[in-house]
Amino acid sequence: MLFTELLKMAWRSLGANKLRTFLTMLGVIIGVTSVIALVSVGMGVKKNILDNISRLGSNMLIVMPGSANRGGMRGAAGSVITLTYDDAEAIKNKIKNVEYVSPTVQGSYQVVYGHENWNTTVTGVIPEYVAIQSLELKSGLFFSAHDVDVRNRVAVIGPTVAANLFESVNPVGKKIRIGNAPYTIIGVLESKGQSSGGQDQDDTVLIPLTTAQERLVGVTYVRSINVQVSDADKMDEVQSNIEKLLRQRHRIRTGAEDDFNVRNLTTLMETMTSTTTMITLLLGAIAGISLIVGGVGIMNITLASVTERTREIGIRKAIGATYSNIMLQFLIESTMISIIGGIIGILIGVVAAQAISKFGNFTTVISWVSIAASFGFALFVGIFFGMLPARKAARLDPIDALRYE
Amino acid sequence: MANVVTITGVKKLYKMGSETVAALNGVDLLIDEGEFVALMGPSGSGKSTLMNILGCLDRPTVGSYKLLGQEVSGLSDDDLARIRNKTIGFVFQNFNLLPKLTSLENVALPAVYAGIGTKERLSMAMDALKKVSLEDRAQHLPGELSGGQRQRVAIARAIAMKPAILMADEPTGNLDTKSTGEIMEIFRDLHKTGSTIILVTHEPDIAQAADRQILVKDGQITMDISKGSSEVIDIV
Repeated sequence: MLFTELLKMAWRSLGANKLRTFLTMLGVIIGVTSVIALVSVGMGVKKNILDNISRLGSNMLIVMPGSANRGGMRGAAGSVITLTYDDAEAIKNKIKNVEYVSPTVQGSYQVVYGHENWNTTVTGVIPEYVAIQSLELKSGLFFSAHDVDVRNRVAVIGPTVAANLFESVNPVGKKIRIGNAPYTIIGVLESKGQSSGGQDQDDTVLIPLTTAQERLVGVTYVRSINVQVSDADKMDEVQSNIEKLLRQRHRIRTGAEDDFNVRNLTTLMETMTSTTTMITLLLGAIAGISLIVGGVGIMNITLASVTERTREIGIRKAIGATYSNIMLQFLIESTMISIIGGIIGILIGVVAAQAISKFGNFTTVISWVSIAASFGFALFVGIFFGMLPARKAARLDPIDALRYE
Repeated sequence: MANVVTITGVKKLYKMGSETVAALNGVDLLIDEGEFVALMGPSGSGKSTLMNILGCLDRPTVGSYKLLGQEVSGLSDDDLARIRNKTIGFVFQNFNLLPKLTSLENVALPAVYAGIGTKERLSMAMDALKKVSLEDRAQHLPGELSGGQRQRVAIARAIAMKPAILMADEPTGNLDTKSTGEIMEIFRDLHKTGSTIILVTHEPDIAQAADRQILVKDGQITMDISKGSSEVIDIV
């Protein structure tokens, strides 16, 4: 009963000084807006990076050839040719918790159909590649294990290649030439868009691994082996097992350096997650400081208002207002400022985040956590910084207050 | 008749540097229910201090103050606030109305702090406004009223909670002769209906309206004259 009356009183006294109330609120509005907008940018960056990594496949280990080391001079990764299709088969057959193994070999070739030609990356893969890369087919089929076994000249092309060579004609069943040999197109991939590095993932031609090795590139090695592990918890175990197995297979003496490299995408993902989380927290903290400044503004104005209203406080006390009555009245005022400022800040912050993603070409993620946290912090700031002036008001001696001019 | 106010041996001491100054230096006072008392004295005499203690705005340093039989000299600030709310009604020289509240809201304000519901509160406030014949000004702001009307609103606020004592500190000090007459008329009417009134004034004319005149000088009561009885109790 009394509390609702105090709410009404506070509301009226804020309404009596609209400009001042608004200016006080502005500090909170700016604080909450910037927390929400900046955190949404930080979360957007995080989401981008994680999406890109997970697009490469989750629970993925990538086995790469090591670098040549001749007389202390180390070459680039892959400068020695050590991984083979048999290594991939061995990983698949001998190591537990391995779901898929996908060796690849790659080369850049001119692809010709009729009068059209297109330079693209041709990758030799096995059917497991579809699962490991989460590929989907728009039309036709992917080649089978049999195609790999007999080195068939079949190809599955990406939408970019299809568009450049065939325009509106359905490419399935057509023959293209890669390195002067004819390949029959048996399928077209669904579009995957750009990769994290800005590469067009649709600009690709896939052919059976063995066909690529023996009939196109003319090599016996593979460029990389992607290994999908069945369980995230088993990543480390599988990684060390692969290392052991390959050292054995490559007859590497104890103490000698590996001639291959196993990269763990989960570790990369964890590092990126913690880095981006740090950045997001940092942005949020910087914005949070402006909220504190807003709180100081509330305190400043409320203190001035207490002095200005000393006489009013004296009257209220003389007719029976207790310490807590006066305290609450002023505390409610400062809390109202922070609540209303917080709500306005949330609205502007959400709009700002959307504007950033729309006009700034930036991914933003608005999270309930940042909304709740910034609102909660604004509320805390309002109460905390309202406390001092409210206590000052409540402590006034009624005789002195009534005498105040 | 029961004593509303019983004050015995009250002193109010202030420390001014190394010296101790007594604003009140041993005051004894009894006020009965229904009395109309004028508290007089020159400025600096201690009458304002006595008034503040009587009104529970201040506490005596030494001595006892029983209000309606209850010892109040040792009560906490919040307890004194509750007494001011329910047992004492104040009328000030400069009205002390809240300028942003209407007459009705001003009069209803003590009831807000008493935790009385809106409906009952407003009807109590309206009744009090009727007693000062200002029911037609209920929705006016103090700024829209004359001085005399403002003081009538202040009196309505003071009597809205039906207090045991009505205290008025120079209630006519800021008013013209006509308004002064009106205000004094209201006090006399309230007295007739049984209210206990303590009026602080330095004007003998105003004090004449009271049944009993008490003179305070140098922190002590120096004279206590009751009308009707020819006897003058000269204390000093």
